[in-house]
Amino acid sequence: MNATDYANKLREKFGELISAPAEFRGEITLNVADAERIVEVCAFAKKELGFDFLADVSSIDNYGEDPRWTIVYELYGIGNGTYLRLKTSVSEEKSKLPTVTSVWRTADWHEREIYDMMGVRFRGHPDLRRIIMWEGYPYFPLRKDFPLGGKPTDLPDIAFTKTAPIEGGPFVTAPGGKDAIEREPRVRMAEDKSGK
Amino acid sequence: MTQTTEFGYDRNIEGDVIHTRVDAALNWFRKNSIWPMPMGLACCAIELMATGASRFDISRFGMEVMRFSPRQSDCMVVAGTVTYKMALAVKRIYDQMAEPKYVIAMGACASTGGMYRSYSVLQGVDQIIPVDVYVAGCPPRPEALLDALMKLQNQISREPTVSNLKKLTPLPAKV
Repeated sequence: MNATDYANKLREKFGELISAPAEFRGEITLNVADAERIVEVCAFAKKELGFDFLADVSSIDNYGEDPRWTIVYELYGIGNGTYLRLKTSVSEEKSKLPTVTSVWRTADWHEREIYDMMGVRFRGHPDLRRIIMWEGYPYFPLRKDFPLGGKPTDLPDIAFTKTAPIEGGPFVTAPGGKDAIEREPRVRMAEDKSGK
Repeated sequence: MTQTTEFGYDRNIEGDVIHTRVDAALNWFRKNSIWPMPMGLACCAIELMATGASRFDISRFGMEVMRFSPRQSDCMVVAGTVTYKMALAVKRIYDQMAEPKYVIAMGACASTGGMYRSYSVLQGVDQIIPVDVYVAGCPPRPEALLDALMKLQNQISREPTVSNLKKLTPLPAKV
């Protein structure tokens, strides 16, 4: 069986919840329509289809769109040697979805990283603390509206940050412009929508 | 800065008697036994290890006794990117070192933040601890670090050690 067959098995089981498998460069991606049901889908994929290894969980900030967050689960079966990718969307107002630590324990730290960097919370997570920044840091630095140079913070005797000097940066490129000046607006001014 | 002379001694000329100044003698002791403490935080630490290894041989200059305890070392070599999360630990370890103590900021990151103009990186370790010598490079070659250590030796040999001692304020009375 290849990844498409597994994807179809998931669709047989969950019907409308799972989108048609999208293939890109030999990799199969499935959309899970309701983030609240991600745990059942993952549990089925692990127990019945043999995807016993959660390679990664990552998050995407679709800034300016709704729903804002996309959570991506990279599944791998050590027995069947197949990769499968699950995606699910979470709106900004909600910013919360169930944890999959009950399915794969390795999801613990991945979900903590997503919480730390993006501010998306995982309901039922056993230990949802920051993992890279320190406890008490007020922002979620991987959000698109967070300036690359950072914002000043101060937690007396624990930690502090200052804004990094970025001469004319951060340098961003926007596709589709007709000349280099349009394609490279150079400075992206941060909007102050601090992710508190 | 007070001019102090290099401590020099030739047994054949001077016999068993040495004339020198206390400053010069103390500085000579200090500069020829710098015990560095590696504060290896990133790729610069690899060059620091190379410096300590046989090919570059820092024992030629009397500073090969790497100590991993701040209590036993004289010179902290900050080798690598200092993140804000690490900054407080670096500061605490510096505070634990006994006087006299020196700091070498090794590489672009430790000196200025380097290429990391980022929310997570301290823009130069001199924002939290006093730095004696900065080493350019990304990462610097072992020769550059040896040069920095020799510059530090020169700096130590010019220190007005005794007059510094006189300047010390008396300890506050115990309550």
